[in-house]
Amino acid sequence: MARVVVDVMPKPEILDPQGQAVANALPRLGFDGVTAVRQGKHFELEVADDVDDATLAKIAETFLANPVIEDWTVRRVEA
Amino acid sequence: MRVGVITFPGTLDDVDAQRAVRYADGEAVPLWHGDHDLKGVDAVIVPGGFSYGDYLRCGAIARFAPVMQEVIEAANKGMPVLGICNGFQILAEAHLLPGALVRNHKLHFVCRDQWLKVENNTTSWTGRYDLGAEILVPLKSGEGGYQADEDTLKELEDDNRVVFRYVGENPNGSRNNIAGITNARGNVVGLMPHPEHAIDALTGPTDDGLGMFLSLLDSVVKA
Amino acid sequence: MIDTVKNAESTPDQEQPYQELGLKDDEYARIKEILRRRPTDAELAMYSVMWSEHCSYKSSKVHLKYFGDTTTDEMRSKMLAGIGENAGVVDIGDGWAVTFKLESHNHPSYVEPYQGAATGVGGIVRDILAMGARPLAVMDPLRFGKPDAPDTKRVLPGIVAGVGGYGNCLGLPNIGGEVVFDESYQGNPLVNALCVGAMRVEDLHLAHASGTGNKVILYGARTGLDGIGGVSVLASETFDDSAGKRKKLPSVQVGDPFTEKVLIECSLELFEKGIVAGIQDLGGAGLSCATSELASAGDGGMHVYLERVPLRATGMTPAEILSSESQERMCAVVEPANVEAFLEVCAKWDVIATEIGEVTDGDRLVITYDGEVVVDVPPRTVAHEGPVYHRPIQRPADQDELQANTPDSLPRPENLLELIKTMAASPNLASKKWVTQQYDRYVRGGTILAQPSDGGMIRIDEETGRGVALSTDCNGRYTKLDPYEGAKLALAEAYRNVAATGATPVAVTNCLNFGSPEDPAVMWQFEQAVKGLADGCAELGIPVTGGNVSFYNQTGSTAILPTPVVGVLGVIDDVRRRIPTGIGAEAGETLLLLGETRDEFGGSEWAHHVHGHLGGLPPKVDLQREKLLGQVLVAGSRDGMVSAAHDLSEGGLAQALVETCLIGEVGARVFLQGDLFTELFSESAGRVLVAVPRTEEQRFTDMCTARRLPWRKVGVVDPESNALEIQDLGELPLDELREAWEGTLPALFD
Repeated sequence: MARVVVDVMPKPEILDPQGQAVANALPRLGFDGVTAVRQGKHFELEVADDVDDATLAKIAETFLANPVIEDWTVRRVEA
Repeated sequence: MRVGVITFPGTLDDVDAQRAVRYADGEAVPLWHGDHDLKGVDAVIVPGGFSYGDYLRCGAIARFAPVMQEVIEAANKGMPVLGICNGFQILAEAHLLPGALVRNHKLHFVCRDQWLKVENNTTSWTGRYDLGAEILVPLKSGEGGYQADEDTLKELEDDNRVVFRYVGENPNGSRNNIAGITNARGNVVGLMPHPEHAIDALTGPTDDGLGMFLSLLDSVVKA
Repeated sequence: MIDTVKNAESTPDQEQPYQELGLKDDEYARIKEILRRRPTDAELAMYSVMWSEHCSYKSSKVHLKYFGDTTTDEMRSKMLAGIGENAGVVDIGDGWAVTFKLESHNHPSYVEPYQGAATGVGGIVRDILAMGARPLAVMDPLRFGKPDAPDTKRVLPGIVAGVGGYGNCLGLPNIGGEVVFDESYQGNPLVNALCVGAMRVEDLHLAHASGTGNKVILYGARTGLDGIGGVSVLASETFDDSAGKRKKLPSVQVGDPFTEKVLIECSLELFEKGIVAGIQDLGGAGLSCATSELASAGDGGMHVYLERVPLRATGMTPAEILSSESQERMCAVVEPANVEAFLEVCAKWDVIATEIGEVTDGDRLVITYDGEVVVDVPPRTVAHEGPVYHRPIQRPADQDELQANTPDSLPRPENLLELIKTMAASPNLASKKWVTQQYDRYVRGGTILAQPSDGGMIRIDEETGRGVALSTDCNGRYTKLDPYEGAKLALAEAYRNVAATGATPVAVTNCLNFGSPEDPAVMWQFEQAVKGLADGCAELGIPVTGGNVSFYNQTGSTAILPTPVVGVLGVIDDVRRRIPTGIGAEAGETLLLLGETRDEFGGSEWAHHVHGHLGGLPPKVDLQREKLLGQVLVAGSRDGMVSAAHDLSEGGLAQALVETCLIGEVGARVFLQGDLFTELFSESAGRVLVAVPRTEEQRFTDMCTARRLPWRKVGVVDPESNALEIQDLGELPLDELREAWEGTLPALFD
């Protein structure tokens, strides 16, 4: 078994209302100096050893992310 | 009776909460999220909506608004505070009430007329109801599932702090069918369903919700 | 390097990608002729988007004129604004003006269902806001391919969640709409959105930029690279690629309902303070559209300083800034003395507001970027004087064959009780609760009627109880069989649905969804439908106050069913007299069927669902009868003679009985005469099932008789019974019916 991390982020050119709301709230709470926030999703998958990178990419591309508005990255991490 | 109704950016049901206060012969006092005082009100309603878009977590940003610091202080001194829907989420984020509200178990927003059972009629907001009475009010939320750890649930049940419970099919996956709870003192109540939308059978399923605002009148007069 | 006017003058022969931007050779030539030079990139971006079918109505304009030609002064008498404005406005009495409009967001919703549907709601709401009105409610007529097709399973849940996600967060009740399935919408779902709003008559705001020296203020969200996929062909040529790489730009826009909610409250406060001289929302075509339309409708010119526009992305070119379809933005014209007050209100709401230009005394729209002129055009040529096409029109060769293929020979079943259940469970007739339960129908506390009622109704005035009712309808199968009569039938049904709530119909809007205008057969359908709708409105005496056209709804060469969705607005003096859909509200009710039943099954739900058949002619439509029916229903509501009413349409009397029992949660005993199959399933128009308290029965039927409206007693409500009992057939337990009616959509989409 391996652990695979998939991060899904709104594409840079796509409006991210979630991140924007957080960014706007920070100065109100007294935290200055944060100029931008983008909010995405973080998935941790426990994956059998025979699942190859192409399959993982397909899982990310077709299911975990919506490639119309989101980018994704897949990385294997040490268990 | 003067009742403050808070408006955050993104609050939606503030007009309805104000109307409900008027129907109970109270004076509704609008409170703005940036206010630093409560304008001498006798009670506060934190109404429903999507404060700040609810983008981080429901209520997570609103909880830090200046007016909420005043509400927290007043609530801890015994002022009656009611959180409806997003207001309940905000009170939970502010730790005036235990637990948290999470995404509905079927993942959809649910808008329906919902039967509730009154489990505690000793709070500032439920004195007019008979214990065990069933009332029909709208429920409309996407993140209304009540969650708390086992110890908290046990404490709520043991201390009789569950105020309303869903009757029939659980609409959102709430633990123990919990629709609303109160704090130990009974002055702060939070619930997901919307009593302010059930004050007139013309615009709501019933007028069963009006009882909460009339109950407040009783407790304010008594105090 | 930025393409300036100076540059364009000195490089007249530079090649430009006008074809990629959707412009034809002669259109490009005309732009050159207007400007007496080649357009700059920014000008080309503006013209191409403003001259697109979507913005210019170039194929439909010559036909839409017919709406104006057939509207009499009398019909116009209650109209405060009409076609050409952001939305039609009607005087409803007590000093209230109501504005409403329907719009399509079909293609974006196919590409990205959630965001497409969400931004569709956002766009129509801003249209209503731009009239100076508070948006009060929304409705969404939706159409999908086969219910069990994989693509429908992708598209429908996303669209429904998008409509709900945006509308719920915005705080507008969703009070009606439609969900229709037909194979022809596969790959072409229709997402139409309606919004209704109200204002005091004196607060009406029209979009124009008058008064030299007045400031142009852009407020709301920042401008980003949303929805400018088309214009990216310019970017690749002119954008200084210092960032190294920029991916192909998406044509998807993301909605932010929170920003829109704040924008609404902020705008309403600005209106209330009287510091807005003119206002325009930014929708499709963004700033290109807003600046050219404002300038074109005003009496002067306009100068815009593009570098002042607050951006969300870095390195945007002037063409991109002008074409961006970033959502949740508005553009206001403000007198200089009021600018400070304007900015103060925006600051209160944390809304970004920027003075981006001013009204000038010239007649040109001049846009500069860092001091260089990038646009210098006569605004009317961009906004109002786009190309006009007389597209070829040809009645389809197979239209006769289609009409000759009548449903008369289809085998009719023996077991009618079973058929009632089968039909109640068919996707088009089944309960849409799975969808509408995801929409907030209560917020703002003004909702009097919502799904599954025939029409939605909201209270406008809390003191007097004055309110409005709305319904949207269209049966695309009827329109396919006969687009002229089909459009009239859509109008008749929406009119009847509004009347069935007790409201008096007063105005009409539409969203005309068709295939490619380059197909003469589609243009014939379009022309016929427009004529049918306009003639119908003239006969009913209510005006079309606005509308929207969506062409190119087709997959390959196969067009969708012609779908002219018609929205009718009605007024009710006091919402306490509304007529509900469910029976059982009063003790002892009689069921009456108003209107006449004929053997009419062309385009019917029965032929479609049971036999997969579409042919013959649609039911006959008699608008004088519809009018009479409406008057009787309104009189019945006013005098408290009617306790429930339900319009008969798809699925006929059987479906109306099923729904009225299930909604009211009581049983009924029904007795019919003649051929029971026809009685139960025919879709003859002009019929309504009403429940009247037994004490009012004589008075009500006397009135029908006196007014020559055919009526027939068809049954009684039975509060003791938990079944729908039909004499000579047997009984259907309500829980069995409910399982059939409510089980279909969850089984398909959960």
